[in-house]
Amino acid sequence: MDTNIKFNTKNLDLFYGDFQALKSINMEIREKEVTAFIGPSGCGKSTFLRCLNRMNDLIDSVKINGEILFDGKDINGPIDVINLRTRVGMVFQKPNPFPMSIYENIAYGPKCQGMKDKNQLDALVKESLTKAALWDEVKDRLNKSALGLSGGQQQRLCIARTIAMNPEVILMDEPTSALDPIATAKIEDLMSSLKKDYTIIIVTHSMQQAGRISDKTAFFLMGEVIEFNETPIIFTNPHDKRTEDYITGRFG
Amino acid sequence: MQAIKRKKQKEKIIEGFFLICAFVAVVSVLAITAFVFYNGLKPFISNSYPLWDFLTGVEWRPGSNLYGIFYMIVGSVYATFGAILIGVPVAILTAVYISEMASSRIGKKIRFAVELLAGIPSVLYGVFGLGIVVPYVLNISPMAQGESLLATILVLAIMILPTVVSISETSISAVPKEYREGSYALGASKIQTIFKVVVPAARSGIMTGVILGIGRAIGETMAVMLVCGNPIAGIPTSLFDQIRPLTTNIALEMGYASGVHQELLYSTGVVLFIFIMIINLAVNKLIKAKVGS
Repeated sequence: MDTNIKFNTKNLDLFYGDFQALKSINMEIREKEVTAFIGPSGCGKSTFLRCLNRMNDLIDSVKINGEILFDGKDINGPIDVINLRTRVGMVFQKPNPFPMSIYENIAYGPKCQGMKDKNQLDALVKESLTKAALWDEVKDRLNKSALGLSGGQQQRLCIARTIAMNPEVILMDEPTSALDPIATAKIEDLMSSLKKDYTIIIVTHSMQQAGRISDKTAFFLMGEVIEFNETPIIFTNPHDKRTEDYITGRFG
Repeated sequence: MQAIKRKKQKEKIIEGFFLICAFVAVVSVLAITAFVFYNGLKPFISNSYPLWDFLTGVEWRPGSNLYGIFYMIVGSVYATFGAILIGVPVAILTAVYISEMASSRIGKKIRFAVELLAGIPSVLYGVFGLGIVVPYVLNISPMAQGESLLATILVLAIMILPTVVSISETSISAVPKEYREGSYALGASKIQTIFKVVVPAARSGIMTGVILGIGRAIGETMAVMLVCGNPIAGIPTSLFDQIRPLTTNIALEMGYASGVHQELLYSTGVVLFIFIMIINLAVNKLIKAKVGS
């Protein structure tokens, strides 16, 4: 087996009650690459993303068939979900910092895993905020509420919070759709700098964004992966007519 | 034009009607306040009884012209404090259980039971206290009676449950699901998510429930009267001592009192009133300070 494959899904089906949201997804996601999922609303791309850290567990009516191998191990089996989520972090569409201080937002995850040492936490907070390109903006107000930050800062805080767990993979669910263009540009820069340390999987509505930042792109439609390939190929020479129609703006 | 004008007039009339309705509440609170304060302050203004003796005295013997309520204030505060100490944690955990843990079927049943609890007339709480709690306390008490501070605390703790549970539950349910998702995505367990993120986020709502619970506990009369003992003197020094809260003092004697005795019962009401105001203001400040930080 190729050790560079981080996630490998085999015949993955997902149902919300009777509705089938994902149809037989087979996908290999490689380590330390940026993989983008594009497709029209309701095509299943966010649903698929949320399978990768078992966030769909929170919804009662979800049923999943097939395998999701993470480093070769099926995460739908009897695994430690908490351990999985510390290794596969997630950033959401709407920035969702906790209503506590900036410092506590970063320290929350490590503390939940039992880290208590103040010096260690201080260092981790600084390191995470620095990596998320937020340290200079917030270093003087670490004890102020995170809710006082701008939307873009809040989203970078959420990224910093995820980085603090030192995950292997970062899932991003339309992380810039609630942000203005400048904040979006900052997050995109951040993603390219994070790429060397982390495997990044991003759902995006913006094809330009996928084109700018990703190595691989998957095009989803009605619960199926229509095409999955190198990003330049998807955007310049798609093999499937439907992909071409979507990226040229004929629907979606 | 005519039609528009008439429509406007109609709107005005309806608005006026709403205003009158809103006025009823405002007028009532002002009238009650004025009435209680007017009657309650009379004996001190006319010097028919010294304020200092009233506030610091530890005996209430109308026959001997002794009207001291200090031991009642202490009793009221102890009983309220004790009820909050026991009732609030139970109520918050109940609210957490209903909104975060229980299946919707079981959650509904518990919520229904809590709502029923809110609808039980307070005299029935008192009867329950007298029939069940008081004998139980008597069993474990070194004293010869079961009516006591402890019995009062236990009955009040149950009585504040519905208020604190329902308000806490509402505010816990109102915590955005994004906070929970964010917490789970960081590898937090359910318990960590609930107690480190969800409950703190619902803090101000829960505090509102606690204030209302305090208000209910300190103002409760009927149920307390049946289980507290109503002694005529003595600061309580143990859980098994009897107490005479401010509320029951008024209710027990207002029916037949006259003259200074009656006026001093109003004065007791004034003290009760001030207590509730202080608690409300203090807790309001507390909430604002916390939210601000």
